[in-house]
Amino acid sequence: MHMATTLTINGETKSFDAPPDMPLLWVLRDILGMTGTKFGCGIAQCGACTVHVDGKAVRSCVLPVSSVANRAITTIEHVGSTPAGAKVQKAWLDAEVVQCGYCQSGQIMAAAALLAATPNPDDSDIDAAMAGNICRCGTYVRIREAIKHAANGQS
Amino acid sequence: MNAQNNVSRRALLTGGLASGFLLAFHLPLRAAPNEPVQPEDKTDGKFAPNAFIRIDPEGLTTLVMPQVEMGQGIYTAVSMILAEELDADWSKVQLLHAPANEKLYGNPIFIIQATGGSTSVRAFWKPLREAGASARAMLVQAAAAQWNVDPSSCTTSKGAVTHKASGRTLAYGALAAAASSQTPPKDVPLKDPKDFVYIGQPFKRLDTPDKVNGKAVYGIDAIVPDMKFATLAQCPVFGGKVGKVDDRAAKKIPGVRQIVVLDDLVAVVGDHMWAAKKGLDALDIEWNEGPNAKLNSKAIWDDLRAASAKDGVVAKSTGDITKGLASGEKFEASFELPFLAHATMEPLNATVHCKPDSCDIWTGTQIMARVQSEAAKAAGLPVEKVTVNQHLLGGGFGRKLEPDMVVAAVRIAKQVDGPVKVVWTREEDIQHDVYRPVYRDTIAATLSGGKIASWKYKIAGAAIIARWLPPAFQKGVDIDAVDSATDVPYEIPNFHVEYVRAEPPGIPTGFWRGVGPNNNVFAVECFIDELARKAGKDPVEFRRGMLANQPRFLSVLNLAAEKANWGQPLPARAGRGVCLQPSFGSFIATVVEAEVDEQGEINLRRATSVVDTGIAVNPDTIVAQVEGGLIFGLTAALYGEITIDKGRVQQSNFNDYRMLRINQTPKIEVHVVKSGEAPGGIGETGTTAGPPALRNAIYAATGVALRRLPIDRKLLAAGKKA
Repeated sequence: MHMATTLTINGETKSFDAPPDMPLLWVLRDILGMTGTKFGCGIAQCGACTVHVDGKAVRSCVLPVSSVANRAITTIEHVGSTPAGAKVQKAWLDAEVVQCGYCQSGQIMAAAALLAATPNPDDSDIDAAMAGNICRCGTYVRIREAIKHAANGQS
Repeated sequence: MNAQNNVSRRALLTGGLASGFLLAFHLPLRAAPNEPVQPEDKTDGKFAPNAFIRIDPEGLTTLVMPQVEMGQGIYTAVSMILAEELDADWSKVQLLHAPANEKLYGNPIFIIQATGGSTSVRAFWKPLREAGASARAMLVQAAAAQWNVDPSSCTTSKGAVTHKASGRTLAYGALAAAASSQTPPKDVPLKDPKDFVYIGQPFKRLDTPDKVNGKAVYGIDAIVPDMKFATLAQCPVFGGKVGKVDDRAAKKIPGVRQIVVLDDLVAVVGDHMWAAKKGLDALDIEWNEGPNAKLNSKAIWDDLRAASAKDGVVAKSTGDITKGLASGEKFEASFELPFLAHATMEPLNATVHCKPDSCDIWTGTQIMARVQSEAAKAAGLPVEKVTVNQHLLGGGFGRKLEPDMVVAAVRIAKQVDGPVKVVWTREEDIQHDVYRPVYRDTIAATLSGGKIASWKYKIAGAAIIARWLPPAFQKGVDIDAVDSATDVPYEIPNFHVEYVRAEPPGIPTGFWRGVGPNNNVFAVECFIDELARKAGKDPVEFRRGMLANQPRFLSVLNLAAEKANWGQPLPARAGRGVCLQPSFGSFIATVVEAEVDEQGEINLRRATSVVDTGIAVNPDTIVAQVEGGLIFGLTAALYGEITIDKGRVQQSNFNDYRMLRINQTPKIEVHVVKSGEAPGGIGETGTTAGPPALRNAIYAATGVALRRLPIDRKLLAAGKKA
């Protein structure tokens, strides 16, 4: 059954019809046309689909849309309006982290959630927060460098 | 394209200019469809002296990209080369994906319009410089004519011509019309590299700003009005066909609109990917598995080993190999490499709208023109009725050198009324790849005076070139399969290389990042280390002894050893391994430092590469490519293997086809050597360097000479002997 659903995404209210078990990823991409959030694996193994729910990084490919009503959802399109997100995006460009870029929406969402919760992460904090995000281009060295750069407040 | 979109694009152009750069290939409109049609390459009213450069009266300089951007930074490098000789104003540069057009945008190395093999800068270095220089000369001629002065008294810089003597200056935009009627000069001089102002500087990439804010549009992000979404299942057994399909349950899934059954695949079309995926899961499909139903990895390896025992076609022979191998003690080894999947982060996809008399495609491919012609065949249309709208690629790695994802989407779209986006699940992507082939290399060698006296090397594996670029397959030798085997860095008096073509039954094989050198650099550099040990020499010292006439190799090797602290003490069960490689026209030495624990698990401690790639167009991109390439190669060495049972691929997703993650990533240092030589290739060099350097580090740490990938931890547990 399709059901009328209302979500708060990037501070805006969005209403649409979707099956309750439909993962948030496909709602964002295929119903709302917000394609910054990426499909990578569909089984929460790669992190390409990472978004924030109430500020925490979650894998939207396995998150039923019915479970996030009344929660604040933030995507890559809007994370730059948060202090941590803006710092991370700038650090990503300063360190020239990105190659193909396909995983980077998820990487940036994971890093922004990390910095919001842990403003000065050490290497093990970074490992713990980022190990769920695969980058096939292998930009990990620069991701680590950029997170540290962002943490140092050079926004 | 409607008026509203034109207005929006104009606004974007203006806004984009204010902030520096812009890319013309997307329209980041909020709450509007992603740009469904690529901006057309319109040349009217512009100075458009060749296939690559368009300057409009306002000076906006559009550069058309003959190679595709899949992360390797080529859009920026191509732009830097063009802008250098053109003396363009970098702040007025915008980019356009080239359309499918083999004549204008064919890769001079492949002839066809393809991006791969680390060829982009090597292939386009001269034509792009000439295009820039020729355009610049025409702008100068136009200005000189207007001022009635000698063109040689004019200079150019940042998009303007200046006549110093009279202090007059004209911007390129103001000259666009007049330059268009100038005759292109013959034999236009190119800049002396010492005068380069852009090339050699670490430029920020043009494609990255939109990749950190969700605005970048990959093929999978194309949104075409009224499109539906589909996902597909091909027969799990290679070569199998669809038997019976029971779609009763699938049709009950909300949002499922149509089931498309073709002879070899089934697709479910729905309102969104979720409906399509659930619909596909609900189908009951009976497959006719065909001749490969019993195929397994053991049979494939038995075949390959048998083939590799045969004599091959001689690819290179110098000295006297028979005599050479007959004198002194002979050492032999064989090395084996597995099938690999590409696993681009962006799963395979294509959006297609098939109409009776035309076919429009939105995708990201490494082979624009071939995709167009293969799609035309699938659609049953003349090639000029097929439009391919190119997008950014979320990784290529050779997978998108194949047209299959587009062909499948066209065949599905032919059955659908309106446009349809076909997205492969990750499982389908891993299980219906075009795999890096299995290889087996056998080597026999003798030593004399601490050096290699004779070397007989035989490669057995698929001939990808024979299928992919038949004219390049000559006299039974696959030039890709022997790449970096026939041109090892070392001076060896009796040197012989053979190739045995061995196609694995049933399994499609293709190019994978690092291509032929991935196999050969591994086998060569691993065996060099074994021979060093036989000769009682340090691996770096042993290599140095055979590089007397190879100053570029010697220099990168020495610097890598120094930067990596070669020879300095390490903890127990830790070691350093070196790799020196000739691949892709670059000279690269790499040292990996690794530690093996008691269970045989591997901790990557550090990787150091020294790169002499000739003139480094964008040095930071070169560093990034080697960093990422090393991780790509190390991932394969540690985890990469596709196995077959009952004709099916046994791996399916990132849980069982593993990737290296950030917590396992070592410190990586890449040093780029200054050089005035012509540029070499770079995108695949780290990938070929990582596995042998790691294997040699493990050899140093444990004494175990691994000869197969991926690394078998069981052989490395404490107490195991070499």
